[in-house]
Amino acid sequence: MAGWLFVISLVVALVAVYRPFGDYMYRVVSGTRDARVERGIYRLVGVDSKAQQTWGVYARSVLAFSAVSILFLYLFLRVQNRLWLSLGMPQMNTHVSWNTAVSFVTNTNWQAYAGESALGHLVQMAGLAVQNFASASVGIAVAVALIRGFAARSNGQLGNFWVDLTRVTLRILLPICVVATLVFMIAGMVQNLSGGTDVTTLTGAAQHITGGPVASQEAIKELGTNGGGFYNVNAAHPFENPTTWTNWLEIFLLLLIPFSLPRVFGRMVGQNRQGYAIVAVMAVLAIASIALTVGFEVHGGGTVPQAVGSAMEGKEVRFGIPNSATYAAATTLTSTGAVDSFHDSYTPFGGMMPIVNMMLGEVAPGGTGSGLYGLLILATITVFVAGLMVGRTPEYLGKKIGAREMKLASLYFLVTPALVLIGTAAAFATGNNATALNVGPHGLSEVLYAFTSAANNNGSAFGGITVNTPWWDTALGLAMLLGRFLPLVLVLALAGSLARQKATPESEGTLPTHQPLFVGMVVGVTVVLVALTFLPALALGPIAEGLS
Amino acid sequence: MRLPNWLSQHLAALRALLVFTVLLGLAYPLAFVALGRLPGLSDKAGGSLVANGSVLIGQSFTDADGNPVAKYFQSRPSAAGDGYDPTATSASNLGPNDVVDTADRKSLLTQVCARSLAVGKLEGVDGSRPFCTADGVGAVLAVFHRDGLTGPVTRVVSVNQTGTPFLATYQGVTVEPAKNGEDYQALGGVITPIRGDAPADPVVPADAVTASASGLDPDISPAYAALQVPRIARERGMTEAAVRALVKDNTDDRALGFLGEPGVNVLELNRALDQQK
Repeated sequence: MAGWLFVISLVVALVAVYRPFGDYMYRVVSGTRDARVERGIYRLVGVDSKAQQTWGVYARSVLAFSAVSILFLYLFLRVQNRLWLSLGMPQMNTHVSWNTAVSFVTNTNWQAYAGESALGHLVQMAGLAVQNFASASVGIAVAVALIRGFAARSNGQLGNFWVDLTRVTLRILLPICVVATLVFMIAGMVQNLSGGTDVTTLTGAAQHITGGPVASQEAIKELGTNGGGFYNVNAAHPFENPTTWTNWLEIFLLLLIPFSLPRVFGRMVGQNRQGYAIVAVMAVLAIASIALTVGFEVHGGGTVPQAVGSAMEGKEVRFGIPNSATYAAATTLTSTGAVDSFHDSYTPFGGMMPIVNMMLGEVAPGGTGSGLYGLLILATITVFVAGLMVGRTPEYLGKKIGAREMKLASLYFLVTPALVLIGTAAAFATGNNATALNVGPHGLSEVLYAFTSAANNNGSAFGGITVNTPWWDTALGLAMLLGRFLPLVLVLALAGSLARQKATPESEGTLPTHQPLFVGMVVGVTVVLVALTFLPALALGPIAEGLS
Repeated sequence: MRLPNWLSQHLAALRALLVFTVLLGLAYPLAFVALGRLPGLSDKAGGSLVANGSVLIGQSFTDADGNPVAKYFQSRPSAAGDGYDPTATSASNLGPNDVVDTADRKSLLTQVCARSLAVGKLEGVDGSRPFCTADGVGAVLAVFHRDGLTGPVTRVVSVNQTGTPFLATYQGVTVEPAKNGEDYQALGGVITPIRGDAPADPVVPADAVTASASGLDPDISPAYAALQVPRIARERGMTEAAVRALVKDNTDDRALGFLGEPGVNVLELNRALDQQK
């Protein structure tokens, strides 16, 4: 009962902030005035904040920023042993550095290392946490550019990437993080530069209590749907999630921006009801998924949970089973990937739900920005399918969905399944699945989970697989890189194509895209596309395990 | 000199990254580190340290050989290093159907059964659980059929036991003990966990037999604390009512009545016990 109240209170809070926070974000991205500090930044960076960009320029700016970020972070990790606050940690080796640099720049935050035994404080703060901000802003910027494509009146302009990046970071992410950090510190999260404290336990043993700038990193890790933990055990660590209510707040923060962005969409296209339709699709899928995950976990299944009496393996006492399962669903429905319990030890069907959530393409509500653009692609496909049924040229928000638009949308949808299934097959073909801790169907689930998580830029793990071998680091790094930037370029190309079109006036034959019928159709298209793509793989892994 | 377009774009990107690094990577976290030095916040920002550790970080209450120290409440099992090691935090990551022991490691089921038996013995209660043998391993058979998955049973092995099997016969076939290092699944045996007749609601609580997510869980459930009360009272010459009162003092209820689950902070409870004279 308390478990359901936990979910309901989250829903109520998100509903309450949808309009005010969405309107605030709308004003940030569509305002024309630069703050003084922003003007200073544009001068330092050397960009003209008034210059509009076409999709090609916008995409090249995103790619340039991301490429420079990957290179910078890679070098940072390679030389961390020579820097201040390294705590005596050695340099990170080449393949883990590659994997980690790609992981944080792509908003995946897959972790092939254990924070407390691999990284000093400086690289965590000034390397990783900076990308927590930047990758989240990039996602929002691209989503906003796509909306401008729908809203534009045939001029082909998508805004200015540098302005979007700076404003989203300074006016949306940073202020919320400042407040959240303070609240987290009051709750007991550590925030220091200490190398740790040696203590003697009550029975006379030695224990090393770790330190670090954790609270400030935790705030952006959740808000930016990043998910890379300061410590190996992520948000299960008492220093990253000390109380029952910080657990609630972390889930709220990671859902906040993705669930409020549809309001920005509605405002920018001039019809708030279009935003409501999109957020309704997200909510239907999310609530169904959370209810299933919590239900499966609470009701057990699997030999060990039955022997134990409940699925407490890999869960913390203070969170308990329903709240841990809620976190697991929320973190995989968004692209966060932070965990407060370990999915590998979940009941068979409970452990399947995080995989299914990621396979949905993380659109309910998805990552910061990436969730919205992913869902708008699915809405575009739905419009097209509906258009075929009645034999009319499909259009969405007055823009014709023609051959070029559909090619881009279809390619977008195909990228991640291709990466997941080819990657999983390659792991088995090359024998690299042998590093999985478990065998049989659960071993397949572990490999499938790893590639699903990487290609969807989620970053959570079925922890039982050893992934810091050169093969795994390289393969998952590629999956993350292609899984982020191919879709992102396709989205911008679609935005450019839409932005060049004149708006077609609505007619009798136009499918209304703000009504429950359309919401139901998008939900249906999403579920059918995902089921057709992934059911065979799921049947061999978690479903086989759950039914045996 | 005018730089080529692609180069100036990458230079702009580099400058943007450096600006953000200074602002978000240094100024923002360091401002809060400074704030964390202020009185009122400094204890928490420093790790909630007390004389014997951190109240947020669990610890083992065992002697040098790893045996429970009887005068202390015991924490949950931990998969962090050798137990409660903050420099090697980890969960077990073993799956829900991990039931067959191998030469390298015990299955999760056997770990659960062995812990349940040990806790039961320490507290003087019944440590039995479903799917567990009386000697504390996973009650699991490899069942061989004549035609692979079907047909009459031809051979049955209790895969986690090398001594006397927990079951004499299965479907009329005598159950054999396992030989060390033999993989019966690979030989075609169907892995069949046996429920047994243990009560569905075991006396030893769930958190006492499972490893936590962090390996540093500072809490145990009120049920596990209640189970330990008679032993603590006996060891310390206190009344059970007095011990129960201390447990209650160190129990955190659900925040706002519905967030999370109630937990008993073990370090704080044991420190409170030591302060009683």
